[in-house]
Amino acid sequence: MNYWQISRDGLWDKNVVFTQMLALCPALAVTSTATNGLGMGLATTAVLLCSNALIAALRHLISPDVRIPVFIVLIATLVTLVDMALNAWLHELYKVLGLFIALIVVNCAILGRAESFASKNPVAASALDGLMMGLGFTLALIAIGGAREILGSGTLFKDAHLLLGSAFSFLELTLIPNYKGYLLMILPPGGFLAVGFLLVAKRMIDQRSARRAQEAADSQAVAAQA
Amino acid sequence: MKLNLAALRDTLGYQIALLGAVALLASLLLTQASQLTRADIAAAEARDLQVSLAQVLPEGSFDNALAEDTMMLDSPQGQVKVFRARLKGKVTAVVMKLSPIGYAGPIDLVVGIDADGKILGVRVLKHKETPGLADQIETSKGRWIFSFDGKSLLDPAPKDWAVKKDGGVFDQFTGATITPRAIVGALKRGLELFAKEHDRLFEPTTGGAP
Repeated sequence: MNYWQISRDGLWDKNVVFTQMLALCPALAVTSTATNGLGMGLATTAVLLCSNALIAALRHLISPDVRIPVFIVLIATLVTLVDMALNAWLHELYKVLGLFIALIVVNCAILGRAESFASKNPVAASALDGLMMGLGFTLALIAIGGAREILGSGTLFKDAHLLLGSAFSFLELTLIPNYKGYLLMILPPGGFLAVGFLLVAKRMIDQRSARRAQEAADSQAVAAQA
Repeated sequence: MKLNLAALRDTLGYQIALLGAVALLASLLLTQASQLTRADIAAAEARDLQVSLAQVLPEGSFDNALAEDTMMLDSPQGQVKVFRARLKGKVTAVVMKLSPIGYAGPIDLVVGIDADGKILGVRVLKHKETPGLADQIETSKGRWIFSFDGKSLLDPAPKDWAVKKDGGVFDQFTGATITPRAIVGALKRGLELFAKEHDRLFEPTTGGAP
């Protein structure tokens, strides 16, 4: 198992939002600020890591014919456990993240990773895949949330101290003082616009690096011939 | 062993047993976790309640254990729980717990009302409204909830007790009208209930000792 490739896939090459185009519902719904994106991303990463490891551990026991209901029950159970545990023992954090946790159950990326990776791979690789896919999702949500927040309200990471503690209040920036706000970006259509433009940007970067690699290969071939 | 398992996995009996076992395991885990966390969740929510109840009353205006001095009032929307704030045994104000249905489920809120029927403060305890749009009802995310301070059933007039979109005087949020509308409506009904039950609420004899 190539751990480097798994990490690269999760963070960039097969990014949940920008390449697989999965989990768009939570990606669009909560990313009105970068902080919200970060919260949703971290909560999802935790669940994805656990669900991938659990399903990989049980993969020999699960019949292919009934795997989907089994995955769904396992994921829903995990999310509920996380929800109850946070509520009971990390109540302050729950008050901030609680809104997002229930949304994780319907995140199809988690079922998608269980189906396409964890059910076929060993525990360690699956756990890493869960972690990296989760972090890739988190980065995507921060990018969408950041773009919407900067254009929509002129701030970045507003209220981050509520999520991360007051030590992180340095993250909170007001980029455009006295900004009246651009409501479109905060409203749901802004989510679609941000995802669309970021998708174009990612495709352009990918194409450029593919072209570079192609050119490098060509010139090597020419050099070898000469 | 592995071959046996692979053959076994395709049998109907195994699949039924697997689904049953997974469901059973999930239920066991969840009931255990629920038992384990129930007390702590209740304690955390009770702490939140005491803190929020105190927030909607002026400091030093009561000296009793608010969360325990309760009364149930009947309203057309169901029973409403009321906490009474006492100073030296005399009821000085009440805190009403309301749960109007918002955009995504009930919004639990508390409202403090003084003896003259004036709102001392409103706080949202728990809600599932859309993050980023309607969560400005929380004090940490917006100032909106303070716009009710000092209001009563006569100020503004009953017909103005609505969000601006409905011809009233209270702001709604851009992108979220249902949440503010639910809260404004619930507060109005709460004040009406308060006016109806005023004498019973401030009756000096009933309720616990100071």
